Amino acid sequence: MKKLIVLSLAGVLAVGTLAGCTKIEKPEDTKAAAEETDNAGSTEAEKTGSDTTEVVETSASAETAASAKKENSGEVVVYNWGEYLDPDVIDLFEEETGIKVVYEEFETNEIMYPKVAAGAISYDVICPSDYMIQKMIENNLLQELNYENIPNIENIDEEYLKWSEEFDPGNKYSVPYCWGTVGILYNTSMVDEPVESWDILWDEKYKDNILMQDSVRDAMMVSLKKLGYSMNTTSEEEVAAATDALIEEKPLVQAYVIDQVRDKMIGEEAALGVIYSGEAIYTQRENENLEYVIPKEGSNLWIDSWVIPKNAQNKENAEAFINFLCRADIALKNFEYITYSTPNKAARDLIEDEEIKNSTIAFPTSDMLANCETYQFLGDDTDEMYNNYWNKVKAS
Amino acid sequence: MIKKKKLLSGPYLVWTVAFIVIPLLLIVYYGFTNEAGSLTLENIMNMGTPENMKALWLALLLSLISTVLCLILAYPLAMILSNTKANATGLIVMIFIIPMWMNFLLRTLAWQTLLEKNGVINIALKFLGLPSLNIINTPYAIVLGMVYNFLPFMLLPIYNSLIKIDRNVINAAKDLGANEFQTFCKITFPLSLPGVISGITMVFVPSLTTFVISDLLGGSKILLIGNVIEQKFKQGSNWNTGSGLSLVLMLFILVSMAIMQKYDKDGEGAAF
Repeated sequence: MKKLIVLSLAGVLAVGTLAGCTKIEKPEDTKAAAEETDNAGSTEAEKTGSDTTEVVETSASAETAASAKKENSGEVVVYNWGEYLDPDVIDLFEEETGIKVVYEEFETNEIMYPKVAAGAISYDVICPSDYMIQKMIENNLLQELNYENIPNIENIDEEYLKWSEEFDPGNKYSVPYCWGTVGILYNTSMVDEPVESWDILWDEKYKDNILMQDSVRDAMMVSLKKLGYSMNTTSEEEVAAATDALIEEKPLVQAYVIDQVRDKMIGEEAALGVIYSGEAIYTQRENENLEYVIPKEGSNLWIDSWVIPKNAQNKENAEAFINFLCRADIALKNFEYITYSTPNKAARDLIEDEEIKNSTIAFPTSDMLANCETYQFLGDDTDEMYNNYWNKVKAS
Repeated sequence: MIKKKKLLSGPYLVWTVAFIVIPLLLIVYYGFTNEAGSLTLENIMNMGTPENMKALWLALLLSLISTVLCLILAYPLAMILSNTKANATGLIVMIFIIPMWMNFLLRTLAWQTLLEKNGVINIALKFLGLPSLNIINTPYAIVLGMVYNFLPFMLLPIYNSLIKIDRNVINAAKDLGANEFQTFCKITFPLSLPGVISGITMVFVPSLTTFVISDLLGGSKILLIGNVIEQKFKQGSNWNTGSGLSLVLMLFILVSMAIMQKYDKDGEGAAF
């Protein structure tokens, strides 16, 4: 009995430690599987009588051709935000192209970056945000896209390509995937007054009812914007002031979260939460008391795009993947699942629900975005300054 | 014959070197160099900043509290277990082990759902007309999470050392006129000490270094030293400072192990 306990404990420990690692299937596996089906086909052919041999042979060779095609197709390693792609789309892509998708997720740009920079895992296609793409270009981590393999780029609205040039001049490295704002999601049954300013997150009334974003730039953005500064400031004084404001706010905050804002707001755990616009439509579907607003002081206008890192092993597959996602019907299917604003105008035209098609949450008008900015990469030193100040907030 | 035995230890040796020695050396390397690769003590000194000292102090305090709580909870239970018949013991131990078949993260997430404002516990309390329990996102919830997750690691070593005690020694004490309390103080407890020591180490060390429990049950509001190190690696992508801080933390663990070693002379508690 004792041994059994010890064994199972050891097992638990081992499983616990390994749980953190994600398994990446080697391409050999797919090849081996293909060969197996091959062999099965030929044995079947041998078994059947001589009259039918011809027929069977053709079918067997067809099978071989199919498996050969699969063998060449290989795989594509995708590294994307959590809950940011309809799983059905992956299945469709695999079915149509025979390329196997190995899918991994990250929670923040900051978590994604060191993994890619270290190069231990060679991802083929990644979906970072604007300022992070700029950082990756500057640090020479990305390779140029071959647009001959991405003809569906024509579905993407020119406006977003122009906007992308802010961080990717000439659109050499990135294809826009989703865009949106950051704002306040609030529960109308718990908040009486109209919400229009970031100031409400500093209101004593809502102590323990506020959810903040647990990432440096987003949290700092809220505070900087509230104080009337630019969210791309490099002035230490302004960042320090924003830090003081965040420390002042901390006793009122219920928790610092990222993806969990969504579930907590739906479950009415909190009255106010800082959230990405794309989640707003989804949460409203689940709980009709929720309302989304872009505060008047302005906010973050962001864009997430697909890029291919330098050390990608399957560049062509990655481009096929990007191209597939740009196809109007696929982009629409995906939009309906993740509810993040799509820059794909062909897909937007296909939206049947007029309410969604003209929703100001999904597609805000330009006057709503008046004070909004896009993040810029501020350089490693400023990055570190932000991190150190953010640490002060967390430690307070 | 001896040669053959040595050969058998080969895989373990490779494993140790590849996954323990080399990573450790890497941490030492990163800890003592800066990003340019030149020697520096800055990473080690980083522990001295007020924020990091506070996180370290809080981590020490919470893991100490959890260890004491685990000991108080586990010891009586271990004694009961060691005195019951074999069949019943198996059942009780299984009850303790079965939750551990589930993933550690999942169990901690479950506590989040239980403790939330509109969580299972509060709904039940409300139904019974009792005041609600608001410990989620506080240090209390973190201690609860630590005790819950690490209790079996305290229980089993103590249980192991208790069942090893020769019944005759206890009977002899009773024959010589010792009452229950005296027997416990003079015989049972000293003989079970190796198990207690091993249990303390197995609870204290993971509690001190955890970042998952404090993240999930503390709402990322309470920064323990484990969280600071995690952030250095993940958010700041600053491996050098992260390694430096890990080295300092390792020092604390080594000191606590050395103290334990003093009491655990014959290494009996090292059941694992």
